[in-house]
Amino acid sequence: MMTWQRGREARNARIQAGARLAKGKVVDARDATRLMEAVVRPGDRVCLEGDNQKQADLLCAALLAVDPAKVHELHMVQSGVVLPEHLDLFDRGVAKKLDYAYSGPQSARIAKMLFGGKIELGAVHTYLELFARYFIDLTPNVALIAAVSADRDGNLYTGPNTEDTPTVVEATAFKNGVVIAQVNEVVDKVPRVDIPGDRVHFVVEADKPFFVEPLFTRDPAAITESQILTGMLAIKGIYAPYGVKRLNHGIGFNTAAIELLLPTFGEKLGLKGKVASHFALNPHPALIPAIESGWVEQIHCFGSEVGMDEYIRARSDVFFTGPDGSLRSNRAFCQTAGLYACDMFIGSTLQIDLQGNSSTVTTSRIAGFGGAPNMGSDARGRRHPSEPWLQAGREADPEGSTLLRRGRKLVVQIGETFGEKNVPLFVERLDALDLAERLNLELAPVMIYGDDVTHIVTEEGIANLLLCRDASEREQAIRGVAGYTDVGRGRDAKMVQHLRERGVIRRPEDIDINPLDADRGMLAARSIKDLVHWSGGLYAPPSRFRNW
Amino acid sequence: MEDLSFRHATRQRAAGTKKLAVIGVVASGNLEVLAERVLPDSECLVEIRTAAAGFGEVWDAVIADFVKGYSPGGLRFSINDGGARPDTVSLRLAQAARLMQEDDQ
Repeated sequence: MMTWQRGREARNARIQAGARLAKGKVVDARDATRLMEAVVRPGDRVCLEGDNQKQADLLCAALLAVDPAKVHELHMVQSGVVLPEHLDLFDRGVAKKLDYAYSGPQSARIAKMLFGGKIELGAVHTYLELFARYFIDLTPNVALIAAVSADRDGNLYTGPNTEDTPTVVEATAFKNGVVIAQVNEVVDKVPRVDIPGDRVHFVVEADKPFFVEPLFTRDPAAITESQILTGMLAIKGIYAPYGVKRLNHGIGFNTAAIELLLPTFGEKLGLKGKVASHFALNPHPALIPAIESGWVEQIHCFGSEVGMDEYIRARSDVFFTGPDGSLRSNRAFCQTAGLYACDMFIGSTLQIDLQGNSSTVTTSRIAGFGGAPNMGSDARGRRHPSEPWLQAGREADPEGSTLLRRGRKLVVQIGETFGEKNVPLFVERLDALDLAERLNLELAPVMIYGDDVTHIVTEEGIANLLLCRDASEREQAIRGVAGYTDVGRGRDAKMVQHLRERGVIRRPEDIDINPLDADRGMLAARSIKDLVHWSGGLYAPPSRFRNW
Repeated sequence: MEDLSFRHATRQRAAGTKKLAVIGVVASGNLEVLAERVLPDSECLVEIRTAAAGFGEVWDAVIADFVKGYSPGGLRFSINDGGARPDTVSLRLAQAARLMQEDDQ
């Protein structure tokens, strides 16, 4: 007989098997591994909540401890491969296949395991892309998620780091999957309901809070003069002329410098209220002085940042907060905001080639993509106009019909020409290509494609790629800001001079910036302690950033 | 360690009367520059002691651009380099040249 309810029946069977270990929905932490063995089936697609920041570490340990004879060959579909245990699952044979987005701290080991054939790679995604696939062809059978607290009905409070949870739960719970949450505590009433209880099947109380990584804290004390110079160039040479109000910043030191220059250098240029007022951004501590100086109207966040909770709570005019007062973040919505509602992305990278393609992959590290390719790409589905978007479109296609010409998102790559250990930012050929060949990938892991990049900023100047009319102009514009790297020294000096006359390349002096003014005294805060002062004592930096 | 030395003819003497200036620090990724007004007005000498070997060509290019941009005639620069990036080298040299332009008190 034809049946259309097999998925539901299978879920009911899994829940029944797990229910033997539960009191209501609550399962004792000591039984977490037995719960996994009861609920997870060989070959299942499993989302083990590994976000950019928060980690379902207890459930990860529980899954790692299963008997591989009972649970094996899992297909992991998770945005962040962050904990060593995430990869231990593959070493033990519990998991076999991986689809992911970001692997920051595990980037070296994941590369090794891919080369060694320990992991069968599906694909490396951007966050939004992986989330999209949760609803089409990578829907999890089981989701193992993390929250701050739960009540006995399974209602979850995720706290400021909501991040991916609503998306993961939506895809799993409404397509016959099982949702298991680890929580820091089980309470009678949660402060706010981030995930309704009828989407959560089991709750495990952890003996310690889930792990969260402070990823967005940049110590102003470590910002160099060259980074300050690139920040000044970006503010005066890009933010100001385009009037960029809606934007996303990367997490590097160059953009931290920009955040700390807004209330000083930006103020002197009279830009307050005219630029950098609406952000899709994690709560960067470096943005505190700009917020306190009245620059920022609102910020929607992908996740939170360790130490920023009380500050955010006290600045609800700026941040999105719940009825309990704490931050509500949501990675899927914030990525969508970054894609469709921001006029600029500005961030750093590790390698840029002669076409402007960039990558953070090196031959021994696969860091994944995270959100940058989504932030740093032109949204072809965008239809609402804005002045920066239209202006960029005009520069790219001055002859085009006004009413039919697409605008362009400003996608800015910013960095010093040489990185750590004097490794050049500019290369003839991306290491990502070698990696793709060695792993037989069909696609090299390119972070931002050259045709999406509109500007490159280095200490040598700004290259406006929108104004380049062919591939050779583009190459020389890139060489022209590549400083003393081999790529930079390989420039055609005459052509670079010509591009400078046309305003394609602008040197600091072309926009009245003296590199000798790029002094640390320009920064609104010169230390983490200064940031604490700016916040009125509300920002509580993690101990590793304290030296007082 | 590697020792490098670059001698250039200059268009004009460095402005100011200051005899000596020091800027920067010897630290990883940074450098210390000592500038002295001890040469004939049409000459400039840059002597480098660096922790990072094999960057001779880059130093050559950085210093040639510096001499072209600032014409520091009469100055000898002694650099103690802790593996600084070229942009930091350019900046420190420019800072040293600016200090030398001040009048000696």
